[in-house]
Amino acid sequence: MEYLNLFVRSIFIENMIFAYFLGMCSYLAVSKTVNTAVGLGAAVIFVLTVTVPINFLLDQYLLSPGALQWLSPEYADVDLSFLSFIMFIAVIASMVQLVEMIVEKFAPALYGALGIFLPLIAVNCAILGGSLFMQQKNFGGIGEAVTYGFGSGIGWFLAIIAIAAIREKITYSNVPAPLKGLGITFIITGLMAIGFMSFMGIKL
Amino acid sequence: MKTDNTKTSTDSAKAAAEKKKDEMILFLSSSEEKEHFLSKNNRKLLSDPFDDNNPITVQVLGICSALAITVQLRPALVMSIAVIAVVAFSNVIVSLIRNLIPNRIRIIVQLVVVASLVILVDQILKAYSYDVSKQLSVFVGLIITNCIVMGRLEAFALGNGVYKSFLDGIGNGAGYGFILIVVAFFRELLGSGKLFGYEVLGHKAPTLADSTGLYALGYENNGLMLLSPMALIIVGIIIWVQRSRNRKLIEE
Repeated sequence: MEYLNLFVRSIFIENMIFAYFLGMCSYLAVSKTVNTAVGLGAAVIFVLTVTVPINFLLDQYLLSPGALQWLSPEYADVDLSFLSFIMFIAVIASMVQLVEMIVEKFAPALYGALGIFLPLIAVNCAILGGSLFMQQKNFGGIGEAVTYGFGSGIGWFLAIIAIAAIREKITYSNVPAPLKGLGITFIITGLMAIGFMSFMGIKL
Repeated sequence: MKTDNTKTSTDSAKAAAEKKKDEMILFLSSSEEKEHFLSKNNRKLLSDPFDDNNPITVQVLGICSALAITVQLRPALVMSIAVIAVVAFSNVIVSLIRNLIPNRIRIIVQLVVVASLVILVDQILKAYSYDVSKQLSVFVGLIITNCIVMGRLEAFALGNGVYKSFLDGIGNGAGYGFILIVVAFFRELLGSGKLFGYEVLGHKAPTLADSTGLYALGYENNGLMLLSPMALIIVGIIIWVQRSRNRKLIEE
């Protein structure tokens, strides 16, 4: 039940885009058609589900204050948490590179579809944001970290699909010229975020 | 008659400026290195990001960490300074080592450079202004993946000299900070009636009689401005204003 609660929270209430504006750059740049949006969304789900648990383990056993105790009791007061940014981003960048190579080798069709988006993901704020929020939330176990990563990914996926569908339709409407493209996308995203606020307070 | 005169004179001035620009480009392509310290082109690197080439409203970079911290002016200001510092110095460092980085791993190298700079910024913030650092929480860390930093590294620092990259970094960081501060200004003013924490619209007391300033007339704060969606809508409006002034930016 707790997992389900965390899952729903991370999709709807703490949505990466509508609550924290993370990953907005690729969200705005790659949401012109639904097809590409699905590709990027799927890649983000995958990378988030993999990197959040890895960074959770890293945080638990290496970075947080006193985490090195499992090596030897004399390390009890070592605090490496200032290194977390660089460790997290290194994990993310190398995971993305690894994923890219694996997909290229074993699923060339998928690579063709995702190819250009994969390297982009390393610098997607939503991925690093997921790990940093995970660090703040003090999860109890790796199960929660996996759930949170997967849920945030789904939330991001939903958001980009929704905006891509709207943008496909909006090309047929008569938007004031200076608002065309970027401006109207911002305003629609704002309105969608207001809509998503109605999920606030849901608890399972 | 007079207006006509001024119009033609501005027109001719414009034409002259255009011509100069063309000459500039020619000059640039022939000899890039021989340039004055603060030549017109270098100044352009600084001023362009404020309007024609603003990182947020035109290049669409760095929105990620920009909007969540614009509820008040103070964190927005601190964030802009942090981003200016990180963009400028990461541009300098990457531009210094740009010929040594193998192309295939350049993203990781860039990320490491940026991440080390951000760690420095984070530690400095924690040491000297702890409350702001608490307010910014994860968003300091997110400067690493702020698309402005990576975008400028990829688009500029990898292909240009050290001094130019430095100017480009300062310019883009400032252009980003400018939008951040405009958004924060409206959100703090309309949302809580304050600027930098000072009550500029008067003091709001529980009863109308005790209130001063605008609040004595029955003015209410707009609580919606404090919520995150309004940041997006304000940026949308800024884009609208900017593009109706500068029509060549309009998208087809």
